[in-house]
Amino acid sequence: MITLKAITKYFNRGSINEVLSLDNINLDVEPGDFVAIIGSNGAGKSTLLNCVAGSHLLDSGKILLNHTEITVWPEHKRAKFMGRVFQDPLLGTCSTLSIEQNLALAKKRGQPRGLGIGVKNRDRDLFREKLKVLGLGLENRLQDKVGLLSGGQRQALTMIMATMIHPEVLLLDEHTAALDPKTAHQIIDLTNKIIHELKLTTLMVTHNMKQALEFGNRLIMLNMGRIIMDVRGQEKKNLTVQDLLAGFYKVQGEAFSSDKMLLVNP
Amino acid sequence: MTWYAFLGALEQGFVYGIMVLGVYLTFRVLDFPDLTVDGSLPLGASVSAVALTHGINPFVSLLFALGSGFLAGVVTALLNTKLKIIHLLASILTMIALYSINIRIMGGPNISLLGTENVLSPLQALGIPGYIASPFIFGILALFATALLIWFLHTELGQALMATGCNPQMITSLGVNTHHIIILGVGISNALVAFSGALIAQNQGASDVNMGVGTIIAGLASVIVGETVFGKSTIARACVAALIGSIIYRIAIALALGIHWGRISFTPSDLNLITALLVIAALVTPKVKERIRRK
Repeated sequence: MITLKAITKYFNRGSINEVLSLDNINLDVEPGDFVAIIGSNGAGKSTLLNCVAGSHLLDSGKILLNHTEITVWPEHKRAKFMGRVFQDPLLGTCSTLSIEQNLALAKKRGQPRGLGIGVKNRDRDLFREKLKVLGLGLENRLQDKVGLLSGGQRQALTMIMATMIHPEVLLLDEHTAALDPKTAHQIIDLTNKIIHELKLTTLMVTHNMKQALEFGNRLIMLNMGRIIMDVRGQEKKNLTVQDLLAGFYKVQGEAFSSDKMLLVNP
Repeated sequence: MTWYAFLGALEQGFVYGIMVLGVYLTFRVLDFPDLTVDGSLPLGASVSAVALTHGINPFVSLLFALGSGFLAGVVTALLNTKLKIIHLLASILTMIALYSINIRIMGGPNISLLGTENVLSPLQALGIPGYIASPFIFGILALFATALLIWFLHTELGQALMATGCNPQMITSLGVNTHHIIILGVGISNALVAFSGALIAQNQGASDVNMGVGTIIAGLASVIVGETVFGKSTIARACVAALIGSIIYRIAIALALGIHWGRISFTPSDLNLITALLVIAALVTPKVKERIRRK
């Protein structure tokens, strides 16, 4: 489905602030995979997602979607095949437009937009049906401006919008991190439900180790722009928080000891 | 205020109202502060005036004005999107360039249109006096432009344009090239402004390279006044508010010009100062209100 071939991404390349965010990453995501991506701050999780989405272009390497190379495609062109939910609940929806206007925009994802009327009468039933699943009563508030909704409601709406047109890949970038624990729980349950119902190939970045263990059939841990753990299937099911921590400290420890070596043997 | 002066203010409100719709589109909908309008208003006037002096039908000359304004907007938008020049500076650059271009188009700093046909001629030929014909014709054109803008903002493309102004990241992730939308939006805005400029030139019987000075500020003042008086809860309401704001603004100016304190009174050259103060007051008032409310 998605193949990353030796992708490398620098920020501020050539300056004193140069950061190597992704270091020669190879990854093959199978159709139907639900991949949880974890790692500490600055590990490159969000950069990885942004590179797949096209928000950042690579310094080297290739990205393939269904064997088509999309490495240099701009973000809006890739959007035809990708649904996205952001960490910031304000980023996925437009506050000055109504709920139905936002949904209508999402229903046209990747298609040319013309002078036909934006919100079509025949689409309203579909919108209500999709919103009913949320159990938030939004199906009765189609004309309300999205700015009136809470962060959790907006994130739920973004989930519906991202999956309105079947995406080849769903990209979730810490999409529950900015929500209170109860709302975060509702959103992740909703996410899981939609992903399984529609059998979506998903990349989900998360800070939350429990979330990464509970959801998805595959887990990837990033550190310093490299994949340091890639577990799937039954092995992933048996994984515990301790295993993750152990994996993390092993790499951190190696880095630490090599630093010490340098100091000891100048 | 006399009935005659009121009709005059109404006429000005309608004819500049089309420009205000353009300013509303960039400033409020696209969140793109566009100073090109100070150049595209006289551009429309120049193009229309030259067309008229060559014997072209006044209504056809309006189409030329529309096209020229659209091009001016496209230039600003291209400078901004493709060459990454910040929007304010991009629009100032186009505005300054248009000053020279407008003089080239007219072959001089101004053109008199005395004795040429204009959009009011058909009505005047029927014996309808100018002070009634002009608010009537301009009113129809302004209402038509408002209706067209409301319709456009409800289309798929118009909705994408609104989302581009509100949340570019979101609309990009829904597959829209925001560069194309900005080019289209700023183009349409300046087409409206140039259209307005052409009508102004025909109405006052002359096109002048300096007639655009202060357009953006007058436009902003009208948009803000309209929103304050009429509200902006829906797209249609906000568009109508822009037109109503333009009319109120022109009436306010007519009233201000009538004020006398002994030997001191306002002259038309004071208008930019008054308008600037008005816009500052309108921009600051909500913040002051908020501060008072918190105390």
